[in-house]
Amino acid sequence: MLSPTTVIREEDFRRIQAAVDKLVRSAYAKVVFLVDKAGQLIAAGGDVDHLDTTSLASLTAGNIAATGGIAKLLRENEFTTQFHEGKNAHIHIQVVYNRVILVVIFDAKSSLGLVRLRVRKTSEELGQVFEQLSQRPLSPRDGAPFGELTDEDIDNLFND
Amino acid sequence: MPFINLVAREISCKIVYYGPGLGGKTTNIEHISARTKPESRGQLIKLATEAERTLFFDFLPLDLGEVRGFKTRFHLYTTPGQVYYHASRKLILKGVDGCIFVADSQRARLDANEQSLEDMKEDLEDYGLAFDQLPLVVQYNKRDIPGALSVEELRSVVNPNGAPEFEAVARLGVGVFETLKSVARLVFLELKKEQNTGPSSEPDGGSGR
Repeated sequence: MLSPTTVIREEDFRRIQAAVDKLVRSAYAKVVFLVDKAGQLIAAGGDVDHLDTTSLASLTAGNIAATGGIAKLLRENEFTTQFHEGKNAHIHIQVVYNRVILVVIFDAKSSLGLVRLRVRKTSEELGQVFEQLSQRPLSPRDGAPFGELTDEDIDNLFND
Repeated sequence: MPFINLVAREISCKIVYYGPGLGGKTTNIEHISARTKPESRGQLIKLATEAERTLFFDFLPLDLGEVRGFKTRFHLYTTPGQVYYHASRKLILKGVDGCIFVADSQRARLDANEQSLEDMKEDLEDYGLAFDQLPLVVQYNKRDIPGALSVEELRSVVNPNGAPEFEAVARLGVGVFETLKSVARLVFLELKKEQNTGPSSEPDGGSGR
């Protein structure tokens, strides 16, 4: 069977966004974003206005998938942390709850040590959110309209 | 598993183009990218070799407009078709919501089609996904090629379960959007089924509504 749909409800979203925003401040990060392993952007904080977060989300998930493949070949479960150092920008990538990916982009205003420390704390908070979230699949009580979709609704999607 | 954000009222789905090497998967999404208004699509990302062979994946995010007040985002991925990229190919299928199998109509590629389909089945099973339950559409590409296999011949090899099928010439855009639309329909029907049969006895206090 197919895996269940991931549903982010208001309360979950508030907690996730708050954790992301807090991490931006506490780690002196430029940007923080959270992605699921299929490459969907869940939340972002910091200076994201001029950033293609959709592409970043997809490439980060691809990166984690690739290193996960390497880990498997080495009989490791997963490489949960990655760090890439650039000239001006650095990127810290952390797998959380084996399900989502927490990405921190930072520059010389911060340091790897500080980022690692703050990410650890945020990972714990986010892990709790996603643990609870995974126990609540999409239900008729969510008020999402997909149960009543008609052929016409779907046809309309491609009209433009 | 589509991703639904009830706060932003957005739904995102992952569609994967799978099939043998040089079959036209990248050509499909290049055409979609070229024919979609810039405001409705993101950047087409291609992780390819210098020889233009897909090394890891191509990626195109598409906004398809709204359905019942929900913004719909489709993320299109292609897989690397060459046999030796099997490990990378499998990774792309993680979290897939719908698949388009792009078959090559050339007679010389019949075995490659068959092998690719078998690989896809195995890869899906490794992720715990049943091949016959995944929203799947089959595209017979390169229909304009001289000596192309008949649809019947192709069907018997790559579409034994009778999935929706389309004839295409991806380099000219023929059949490209029809194929995508068909898989989008299947993904939404799956979602409709899921919502209608979803658990109704979940604990209170979680919906935040």
